[in-house]
Amino acid sequence: MLYSIGKDSSVMLHLARKAFYPSNLPFPLLHVDTTWKFREMYEFRDQTAATLGLELIVHQNPDCIKLGINPFTHGSDVHTYMWKTEGLKQALDGNGFDVALGGARRDEETSRAKERVFSIRSPQHRWDPKRQRPELWRLYNARKGPGETIRVFPLSNWTELDVWLYIHREGIPLVPLYFAAPRPVIYRDGIITMVDDDRMPLLPPERPSTRSIRFRSLGCYPLTGAIDSEADTVPAIIEEILSTNRSERSGRMIDRDTSQSMEKKKQEGYF
Amino acid sequence: MRSGPRPATASQLEEYLRTTEQQTHLRFITCGSVDDGKSTLIGRLLYDSKQVTEDHLASLTADSRTVGTQGDHLDFALLVDGLAAEREQGITIDIAYRFFSTPQRKFVVADTPGHEQYTRNMITAASRADLAVLLVDARHGLLTQTRRHAYLASLFRIPEIILAVNKLDLVGYSKEVFDAIEKDFRVFAAQVGLESTVCIPVSALHGDNITELSHNMPWYSGPTLIAQLETVKVQDLVRDAPMRMPVQLINRVEPSVRGLAGTITAGSVRPGDPVQVLPSGQASTVGRLVTFDGDLDEAVTGQSLTVTLSREIDVGRGDVLVAAVSPPRIADQFEAHIVWMDSNHLAPGRSYLMKIGSLVAGITVARPKYKVNINTLEHTAATTLVMNEIGVCNVRVDRMIPYEPYVESRDMGGFIIIDRLTNDTVGAGLLHFALRRSDNVQWQKVAIDKLQRSVLNGHSPCVVWFTGLSGAGKSTIANIVELSLHDVGRHTYLLDGDNLRHGLNKDLGFTEADRIENIRRVAEVAALMADAGLIVLVALISPYRAERRLARELLSKGEFCEVFVDSTLAVAERRDPKGLYRKARLGQLVNFTGVDSPYEAPESPEVRVDTSTLTPVEAAEAVLKHLRSMAVVSSG
Repeated sequence: MLYSIGKDSSVMLHLARKAFYPSNLPFPLLHVDTTWKFREMYEFRDQTAATLGLELIVHQNPDCIKLGINPFTHGSDVHTYMWKTEGLKQALDGNGFDVALGGARRDEETSRAKERVFSIRSPQHRWDPKRQRPELWRLYNARKGPGETIRVFPLSNWTELDVWLYIHREGIPLVPLYFAAPRPVIYRDGIITMVDDDRMPLLPPERPSTRSIRFRSLGCYPLTGAIDSEADTVPAIIEEILSTNRSERSGRMIDRDTSQSMEKKKQEGYF
Repeated sequence: MRSGPRPATASQLEEYLRTTEQQTHLRFITCGSVDDGKSTLIGRLLYDSKQVTEDHLASLTADSRTVGTQGDHLDFALLVDGLAAEREQGITIDIAYRFFSTPQRKFVVADTPGHEQYTRNMITAASRADLAVLLVDARHGLLTQTRRHAYLASLFRIPEIILAVNKLDLVGYSKEVFDAIEKDFRVFAAQVGLESTVCIPVSALHGDNITELSHNMPWYSGPTLIAQLETVKVQDLVRDAPMRMPVQLINRVEPSVRGLAGTITAGSVRPGDPVQVLPSGQASTVGRLVTFDGDLDEAVTGQSLTVTLSREIDVGRGDVLVAAVSPPRIADQFEAHIVWMDSNHLAPGRSYLMKIGSLVAGITVARPKYKVNINTLEHTAATTLVMNEIGVCNVRVDRMIPYEPYVESRDMGGFIIIDRLTNDTVGAGLLHFALRRSDNVQWQKVAIDKLQRSVLNGHSPCVVWFTGLSGAGKSTIANIVELSLHDVGRHTYLLDGDNLRHGLNKDLGFTEADRIENIRRVAEVAALMADAGLIVLVALISPYRAERRLARELLSKGEFCEVFVDSTLAVAERRDPKGLYRKARLGQLVNFTGVDSPYEAPESPEVRVDTSTLTPVEAAEAVLKHLRSMAVVSSG
């Protein structure tokens, strides 16, 4: 199970624990790391794995480490492709995983809306939107040829609001970054970015200031925009979502490169 | 995302959280002809129910100017048509799912493509829909595509239909136009058996009768589209039906207690209820209903859980746990509607896989009794089904399965067909009824088995399957191998394709369907002979991978040896021992493998002998060497 530490991963993990109860999860969690996540995400990840007694595999693309790939000098496109897309392929191939569960939802982005729940990928991990299997009734075809892999998206038909309502109902623990708190931020290109460590180069006259912010979606900290918010509880967040008028991923720079950017990433093997 | 008015106070929020728990769900599809405005309608529903956020609205406004087709108006279709190819061609290729909600209901809407070549996409969405919105363009009335979609909605038993007559603005909001279309549709709906239908005049582009009754159509007093979607009663027949739960997983509840994990697809269950596991028919009673949140007193349709039984019985994934008071019947031969969804046509007689519930089993589909012209509903004769065609066929499953007719249960009567080689989902089936003969043929238990016979013979049995082009040398090599085996006291039999066509298979020709049946019969006979303890040598062109795999699967592991007698077409044609290539080239012989009929070479045969370079004796020795390694023949 791909575990990205975010709210969708947390919900998917909770569902899996319920599905296999009282047995333990029959599969490990895989975190494809970029080394650029928020520090609180790493703490939460390790704590979750320890508390629940889960097997956690962390993969960091060694080529990226060698080349020092980062979002500042290489740009978000190269950064995402090398760390996430290539890293994921390496981790799946290296561990011999033929099926990977992911927390993507159809309401996040238009090309995701068209992907199947069971998505077959070629031995090169490519997604071919023209060669998708029909999914009728509740019957999913999990068969695959040698070298092929399958990505499974159990949360396909959930919305952001569904996710929060479920977190509320089930009392699922989350990374604190989802809840509003005073945090050091800078405001650049219309996006509120949190300065999570001293790797972030500041362009004069930028100076971090403290604002009450939270995140609707979590990724690499330099690429993830925050929103001004006072919502520090799950009900307050639900209320905020009900009244907001920005889409969930509007703060994610990796979706912005071109209008078709997610479709292109998926064809390259992004989950 | 918004969902109704914003709650202002803490108590209103709590109230909201409570009502969302009670919100009902409706899955619906929109379908209709290419330019009837389906995507525009969905875009309009999203916009009017305030699901379009500011940043999406900003890109919609920009896109409407650059690629929009509505002049100064917002082009709502752009909210829905996501894939690059679709935007460029202005059509919807695949299914797009969209989500919106009102205080009463949550909606999942699937926008399905209009063209006939996307019928399979439409039925995919239809298979789970509670309701279909059929669009027609008021200027054109019912088109072929409208009729086709109405038929498919009926075939897949979508319980509720809304006929949305769109673009009323372009016919001056005329009542006469609307009434005429409604009348036409009601006649057709009765013909295909659509029972519950509501007709609504709308303009998706301008929003007439979508969320509010239009002042442009004072003559219309029925529900708005949203009102109908919000209030239509979702038929929930399965909740009151007898309990069914396909077993997905055997889940250990305590070290000594095995539980059955799955989702209840119909009915409800309580501890102490008498149950059966099908197809075996073993009976037990329900012990505990185990979930993460504690044991339940009752579990209902849609819940996933682990069930323990008071008496442990033999059960596995693919079995179905059912209420003992009203179990479904079991059978292995059925009549079914088959919808073909693959670019390779249906091969009648070929062994495919089926998935029904949590079970994957082998299935063969007989030649169609007829296919349905989905535009005119006429029945026409057919020898196969190509992509997007629908026919009625008999099917044979390789084991007994519990079932219910599709009209009574989507879960117990709907199945998919999977190609064994590509693993693609190639078809969908709707079970009608069991064929009577399946109840009468039972397996007889036999006292002497293969092992005992092989002890008596002094060697284990196997099938050596020689495949290759005509003239490659299959029979020649098989003969030499048989002689050698006979010399060392092995019990053998050679099944030669040419010879069998004089007797067992003399009713078969050389069409694809006949070839499949030819190979199937030889495979069955070879398996019987191996069961009798013989070393069976088969010399047969057997051009299809799927059927050779079937032959392999009829035997136990290590009892099948595929020999690819490989020679180039040029070499085989030069030899031409029976003069067949010459006839084929002259057009006197059709469907000849290698000339006008395909040969699918084995991908990983046990033995490959290249007869362009090896002599027959050398090739036979290569086969014998492999048989020695299989311990069929002792070395030395």
